[in-house]
Amino acid sequence: MAQDDNSGVDLVAADSSHAEQEFAGSTGTAVIPRDAFENPGFEPHRPRVTDENPKREKRAQRTVYTLFYLSILGSVWAIAAYMLFPMESNDVGAVRLNNMFVGIGVTLALLGIGFGAVHWGKSLMTSAESIDIRHPISSTPATQQGAVEVMRQADEESGFSRRTVIRNSLIGALLAFPLPAVVLFRGLAPQDQLPVELLSHTMWRRGTRLTLDPSGTPIKASDVTIGSAFHVVPEGLAELEHGKLEEKAKAAVLLMRLEPSQLNPAPGREDWAYDGIVAYSKICTHVGCPVALYEQHTHHLLCPCHQSQFDVSNNCEVIFGPAKRALPQLPIAVDDEGYLVAQSDFNEPVGPSFWERH
Amino acid sequence: MSTATTRSTAPEKRSFTAAASEYVNDRTGIAVAIKGLGRKAFPDHWSFLLGEVALFSFVVVLVSGTFLTFFFQASMAEVEYDGSYVPLKGVEMSVAMASTLDISFDIRGGLFVRQMHHWAALLFVAAIGLHMLRVFFTGAFRKPREINWVFGFLLFVLAMAEGFTGYSLPDDLLSGNGLRIIDGMVKGIPLIGTWTSFLLFGGEFPGTAIVGRLYTLHILLLPALVVALIAVHVGYVFIHKHTQFAGPGRQPTNSVGPPILPIYAAKAGGFMFIIWGVISLIAAMFTINPIWNYGPYDPSPVSAGTQPDWYIGFADGALRLIPPGWEFVWLDRTWSFNILVPLIAIGIFLVLVVGYPFIEAWVKGDKREHHIADRPRNAPIRTAIGAAGVTFYAGLWAAASSDLLATHFSLTMEGVINALQATVILGPIIAYFITKRVCIALQKKDREIVLHGYESGRIVKLPGGEFIEVHQPLDEYDRWRLVSFESYEPLMIRPDARGKITAGQRLRASVSRWFFEDRIAPVTRGELEAAHSSHHAEVDTTHG
Ligand code: HEM
Ligand code: FES
Repeated sequence: MAQDDNSGVDLVAADSSHAEQEFAGSTGTAVIPRDAFENPGFEPHRPRVTDENPKREKRAQRTVYTLFYLSILGSVWAIAAYMLFPMESNDVGAVRLNNMFVGIGVTLALLGIGFGAVHWGKSLMTSAESIDIRHPISSTPATQQGAVEVMRQADEESGFSRRTVIRNSLIGALLAFPLPAVVLFRGLAPQDQLPVELLSHTMWRRGTRLTLDPSGTPIKASDVTIGSAFHVVPEGLAELEHGKLEEKAKAAVLLMRLEPSQLNPAPGREDWAYDGIVAYSKICTHVGCPVALYEQHTHHLLCPCHQSQFDVSNNCEVIFGPAKRALPQLPIAVDDEGYLVAQSDFNEPVGPSFWERH
Repeated sequence: MSTATTRSTAPEKRSFTAAASEYVNDRTGIAVAIKGLGRKAFPDHWSFLLGEVALFSFVVVLVSGTFLTFFFQASMAEVEYDGSYVPLKGVEMSVAMASTLDISFDIRGGLFVRQMHHWAALLFVAAIGLHMLRVFFTGAFRKPREINWVFGFLLFVLAMAEGFTGYSLPDDLLSGNGLRIIDGMVKGIPLIGTWTSFLLFGGEFPGTAIVGRLYTLHILLLPALVVALIAVHVGYVFIHKHTQFAGPGRQPTNSVGPPILPIYAAKAGGFMFIIWGVISLIAAMFTINPIWNYGPYDPSPVSAGTQPDWYIGFADGALRLIPPGWEFVWLDRTWSFNILVPLIAIGIFLVLVVGYPFIEAWVKGDKREHHIADRPRNAPIRTAIGAAGVTFYAGLWAAASSDLLATHFSLTMEGVINALQATVILGPIIAYFITKRVCIALQKKDREIVLHGYESGRIVKLPGGEFIEVHQPLDEYDRWRLVSFESYEPLMIRPDARGKITAGQRLRASVSRWFFEDRIAPVTRGELEAAHSSHHAEVDTTHG
């Protein structure tokens, strides 16, 4: 190491006191000038006002114990406030008062001790500084040598380096034994479900009615006026026994009506809309927040999480933001009674991208 | 036998304290610790308090969190809320959410403890961050403290993990949305993403398992790790003894400050109560995380302008800054670079943070122990690198509020994002150069002061009619504060024993040149003398 550093000619050994010797080590590329200043030693001690003026000392003393008494007062106050400010009245205001008055008591109790102790330390305790000598963190060469010797002896007696077959088989066993523990964590996810399968389907089926979120009322096409937008879930969601939120996290849809002339359906999707009414997945294709903000006059959808924007008049393609894919479209139609229904499930997985998606 | 007699008479005269101390010491040998540590010096500086703020706020987190565990129920079973908060009566929600509402509205003082827990958590992470910056900018991570820097870094990461898991527990709208984002990010990881998400949530998002699982992490595993690491971290501060700034009488070989008993104990102990008091005051006066306004988690609604806790902001911001279109299908698989790039960028950033002490040590080749804290200006490149890192982080962090910035200042979303993209890439470079220049200018100014004294503000008229300002020379103590630092020079490549120059050498030399080519050395005695003799000439003419 020595030859690659600039130690040598332009350096002189710094003040070679005993301690410096203890801290020896390569200085690397540090420059230690020959005629550096010397440490002037400690400054003369400056007394504080409380050391010199007995009146000030008295006053400091008074301040300290007053603060401690205030702290006791605060504790008592907090307990009293707990009783004096009940909050079982269904009234948010009462909760606020309870919170505030208990809190102020506790605060006083804590700050009284805190400021009292600090003031005591600063103004009354003898203020001389201590000086510790530092010793190098590393152990002495003798100890190091001793440690090496212990290890050598242990190796010798056990034959750890000599009996290589034993050693290697032990290493192998030690590597293998945690594996079952890792495998056990397979149980974190259900054994009988395939993620890709589940992520690829939602509750929507041919003929499932579009209903309002959260009331579950079916929607008549005639009730959807131009410019309006509805938060929609599939009919039957509320009646699910299990997995309601999981289904909703995939099936949530935003329904909007534009002038049919403002829509530019992609090839093959010409009949996915009904009279200007379109339904798109509400789950952002970035990382899955609900895309809930609809700007009526631009026909843009905005995801509040990372500001991806989707153009409803253009198949909900991304126009800005980190999302890549357009929001999946739910093909819709109208049933005999005039209610909006799905033509089928989505034709692609909704929500965030995942590895197996293609 | 005379000893026996003195012994038997002794106990009668002793105070209770003495007897109790002896009882304990006979069984623990504690006297060694008190004798050894009681008068240890603890160097003083306001910036050394930041680590203490972290420690003391963690105590609040621990105590308040334990109280919360007695009331909180980490279950995602659906119930109809039937507590005191009228607007939510009858609403379906998870038991976790309902029990958090009960803590807030049906248990006296419960809201206070909950708010203390949350505010203390926010302060805890903030204090760790500032403490890290202090350690970085003063070079307190140098030998022998590199490993303790790593422990501190791990604590920072664990603190963020604690915060995120805690934020997710109440199962309100915001916490569910936070988990949704995590789910989406995990799914974007190649190969293992989909399955990892499934294992994490116990099936499809959101499932009914995640709150219980996070609870185990939040109150068992992570706190155990944090407590253990804090013990090791603070233990090493004792073993290494605290760094100190250069000052008269302070040597690399000593440690100077008030003794632990009594002054340091009084000040630090008092400071602990002050921190607790401040957290309590904030909890008494300011609402945090009003989950009753957000409602229970539901995958469908969301409100604009909601924010994660501050320390998660940088990650959220990183997601926002990715330009459109960074996702491809290749080999029949989806490659989500819009998620991978932020993850990798943050990963590299964190690796650089944890690795910096080792990089600097390698460049300098300095194998000595360092116990004198640097003034940031005296290590211009390190300080500039730190400023660049802070700017990068701040840019990501600001990006997490891009929507608020846009609406607040009536800017376009696109404009704000593009400006922040530029900030995150160019900002660090600009910050680097400005900081380096400022440091070097400050160092030059220090040299100037050492050589020519302070400007006293007193103007005198010379006989020749011109005016000069009288310079007040420094006393030797003040001078020492300005000259006691070391500078480094670029490494000169020399061939090794076999006459070769390795690639590693070459790399080290060029990094070293980058670090140290603009070197300002401290004033030496010779330089001061030279300056003085020219000065004296001046002064003579003044008087003559
Ligand atoms: C570094 C440490 C910790 C951090 C940063 C932290 C942070 C948080 C946060 C942000 C919350 C959400 C609170 C809210 O509803 O506003 C929370 C909830 C909670 N934490 Fe912690 N916490 C920490 C340690 C602990 C510990 C050690 C315990 C228990 C021994 C604990 C117990 C709880 C409980 C029971 C809740 C749920 C109750 C509620 O949300 O009101 N925490 N934590
Ligand atoms: S989740 Fe919609 S932009 Fe990120």
